[in-house]
Amino acid sequence: MRSVLKATAVSLATIVALAAPASAELTGNLKINLDTSNPAPRATMEALIAKFQAANPALNITTNVIDREAYKTQIRNFLSADAPDVLTWYAANRMKPYVEAGLLEDVSDMWADGTDIAKELASTKGALTVDGKQWGVPYTYYQWGIYYRKDIYQELGLSEPSNFDDMLSNCEAMIASGRKCYTIGNKWLWTGAGWFDYLNLRTNGFNFHMQMAAGEIEWTDPRVRETFANWGKLIRMGAFIDDNQNKDWQQSLPFMIDGSAGAILMGNFAVSPLREGGLTDDQLDFHQFPAITAGIAMAEDAPTDTFHIAANAKNKDNARAFLAYIVSADAQTEMNNGANLGQLPVNSKASVDDDKFLNKGFEMLSSNSPGGVAQFFDRDFPAEMAQAAMEGFQEFMIYPDNLDDILDRIEGVRKEVY
Amino acid sequence: MNTTLVKQNWYKRNEIAITPWLFLVPGLIMFAIYVVFPIFQSFRISLFKWDGLGSLATHGEYIGMANYEKLLTRDRSFNISLWNNLKWLVFYLASIPAGLFIALFLNQTVRGIRLYKSLFFFPFVISQIVVGLVFTWFYDPQYGLFNGIIGFVGFKPLNVLGDPTLSTYGVIAAGLWPQTAYCMILYLTGLNSVDPEQTEAARLDGAKGIKMLWHVILPQLRPATFIAFVVTVIGSLRSFDLISIMTNGGPFGSSRVLSFYMFEKSLSEYGFKMGYGAAIAVILFLIMMVFIGYFLWRMYQDEKATNG
Amino acid sequence: MFPKPIEKSSRTWQLGYQALLPTVMLLWLAPLLAVALFSIRPDSDFLVGNYWGWPSSFEMAKNYGMVFGSAMPRYIMNSFLITMPTVIGAVALSCMTGFALGVYKFRGNLLIFFMFIAGNFVPFQILMVPVRDLTLDIGLYNTKTGLVLFHIAFQTGFCTLFMRNFIKALPYELIEAARVEGIAEWRIFWFVVLPLMKPAIAALSVLIFTFIWNDYFWAIVLTQGENAQPVTAGITSFNAQFRAMYHLMSAGSIIAALPPVLMFFLMQKHFIAGLTLGAVK
Repeated sequence: MRSVLKATAVSLATIVALAAPASAELTGNLKINLDTSNPAPRATMEALIAKFQAANPALNITTNVIDREAYKTQIRNFLSADAPDVLTWYAANRMKPYVEAGLLEDVSDMWADGTDIAKELASTKGALTVDGKQWGVPYTYYQWGIYYRKDIYQELGLSEPSNFDDMLSNCEAMIASGRKCYTIGNKWLWTGAGWFDYLNLRTNGFNFHMQMAAGEIEWTDPRVRETFANWGKLIRMGAFIDDNQNKDWQQSLPFMIDGSAGAILMGNFAVSPLREGGLTDDQLDFHQFPAITAGIAMAEDAPTDTFHIAANAKNKDNARAFLAYIVSADAQTEMNNGANLGQLPVNSKASVDDDKFLNKGFEMLSSNSPGGVAQFFDRDFPAEMAQAAMEGFQEFMIYPDNLDDILDRIEGVRKEVY
Repeated sequence: MNTTLVKQNWYKRNEIAITPWLFLVPGLIMFAIYVVFPIFQSFRISLFKWDGLGSLATHGEYIGMANYEKLLTRDRSFNISLWNNLKWLVFYLASIPAGLFIALFLNQTVRGIRLYKSLFFFPFVISQIVVGLVFTWFYDPQYGLFNGIIGFVGFKPLNVLGDPTLSTYGVIAAGLWPQTAYCMILYLTGLNSVDPEQTEAARLDGAKGIKMLWHVILPQLRPATFIAFVVTVIGSLRSFDLISIMTNGGPFGSSRVLSFYMFEKSLSEYGFKMGYGAAIAVILFLIMMVFIGYFLWRMYQDEKATNG
Repeated sequence: MFPKPIEKSSRTWQLGYQALLPTVMLLWLAPLLAVALFSIRPDSDFLVGNYWGWPSSFEMAKNYGMVFGSAMPRYIMNSFLITMPTVIGAVALSCMTGFALGVYKFRGNLLIFFMFIAGNFVPFQILMVPVRDLTLDIGLYNTKTGLVLFHIAFQTGFCTLFMRNFIKALPYELIEAARVEGIAEWRIFWFVVLPLMKPAIAALSVLIFTFIWNDYFWAIVLTQGENAQPVTAGITSFNAQFRAMYHLMSAGSIIAALPPVLMFFLMQKHFIAGLTLGAVK
């Protein structure tokens, strides 16, 4: 108890100190592990760290950027063995195993009532809470939704669908014009999970989806089958590009760029490569995933990426100061602007960059998502469950007729996991 | 002074008995720490439910044979992996006749043949990661050379690595490339030491072609065939790199083998099941032991023959 | 000689064979040639789908320059820093074990020898979790040293098999003659046996170099990131960074494959001697 109090006092002191950086520069070391290995996020993070370094010239910062996919398997090793002070990760269920193993630092002190973080980051607190304590801070989040070729829609006289029937009829027109409706690269499984999330959220609603995540609903339940039936309609009409089971998501983008597919269900991070691929904002547009079952409140996926302190960190005070810096309104504004991450800032005082897609996403999430906000399939569902289910999705997208077998298999895993 | 003298004498007297152990100690210690003990540890871990995030003692839960029971009775991925291992085992052996064939083709003394031999051996030297990448592009459903070729002959394009019935064969074919090169070099060396007099004698008796190969040459190549068999079987059961690069076990888990499944269950993005993974590893180990046992038995026979 | 020497067959056969050789070789190496071709294409070729046609321009300098500007040189450096000590360590240890097992008759000799052989063939997966834990515990996770120690230990199995058989085939009279002269055992090792082992040491070194350079599994189990990972693991992150940029991925692959290839061509005789030991009695 005393040590907790002490730690809190120390960290409060550093936060206060940070407010007046001139008076108390940080010294010692700070070791940061990042999974932001794609070029743009990498540059963004490095620039922000450079600023932090400039404010604290005596601090010795080492940054270790690890490939995003490799990071997901390596985190468990370095957390226990070669712990950095600060690391990036994901909220909700994805951080839970590490919290339960005691590998992440409890940073509830930073979220205590009255702190700036508590005031400015209130909306994300839930995603970082396990057992009533907070285990990190968010640094960015982004909307998911349908990015589509506006010019192609216009050419075919189509408009943004507002319900599933529109979606299907749009798709028919698209196919009639010799195109595919949606591109997807499902080799790494999570892209298909995005489709399941949305179809299930729209067919059965947010609460049902979360009950599934908690293992309370059988996968062979008729309501789940309803979700797959809707998905099956799209698959059977040929809505998705061929051979999607062994493409990664980057490989699916050229179909969108060359116009052989009209749209993609993806997170906002797809915008930057699509723009780089040559699509202008006149060609590319965004719409919310349309309603399916009437009367069900719209709910969205908006994954939150996070920063944590390792429980075995050696420089926890410096780490806390860095976390406080990362979530500050200024850093958030800069980090998430269109030229950098191009995502949504987590700090309510930060400003959303004046970017078409960010504005649309921000508006959708803040005013048109009454049902709730989910993290994402593999962050909401436990790891083993997610793996088995996503493999099933991948198979379903190629062989929709195997549905019974797939669902039986996933249900078998559900019984084991929970 | 006196004691050192005694010691020295004692050492001198037992020098021949002690020296081998002194020479063995460093190697034995390293080998024990990194190879022998871990095997036993894996047997132990396989009896636990453990996510690998804390130590086994504090975070592991002893569950007896439950991991094995689940593996053997109700894990379809395990069955698929085991079945794929069998496919690997059988089809990978094709590298032996293929290697022999190329060796026979190259066993000439024309100008530049040495360079040809080494170029044929090339695929074995480069890493499987690069081989995997190269073959992934080769099979690319849209642009790959493979579809170009079969299209030229009039077949419809295939998505080899995306088709659950073909993916394993696609990966095996990629593996055959370096393995055939390996077998080829074994046979080339073997052919070098084939007794020319026997060959000529057989030729005078009218033997040639396949008959000659089967009755005269192959018996003399038996040591090479044996080594080729051993390295190919071991290699097939160890297949991991190619699968991980080319298909990542997919699509929908159809190209997994035990070694990959084990890694997936214990260390991959969604795998936290160290105990379960260890159980898979133990089963793979036991399968491998059959072949290792056979190899050791053969070596033992040889030893007896040379020493006895 | 079998098959029948080509120079003893008809002229047409000979010409046919001479023509067949390069053709078959080109087919055999086609996948590699494709990559080499990819690596000098401009990226625009891939965008317009010109995968197999003549390159629209040659961008060798640019593509390879990009690779050298990335983290690739570091990975290559790591590979050397992992491979070299392993070769030295494993060869040194196995010279000793091979000497002990090849020269002396004692109880357990064959048992120990067989244990080394068996260990050399076990599946990596049975070692994975304990070795990873051990490396974590001694604080060597994600270090080159951690990887090197494991590689040395594991390769000792194969190297011992190799060395012991080699030493066993040396004339035993040499050792006996030395003993008669009263030379200490360790001096026999150093001055009598070791000089005779040079070809074996060369062969084994080249072989182990290739094995370790091409290791991928242990690299991803025991290391992460640019500071320790060898090029086999590095190339996957390199590829993740340049996904779908085939020209760069190809150039990266070629560079990663180059050192063992050079090693092979320079030390070909030793390499093949090492590989085929035991294939001929």
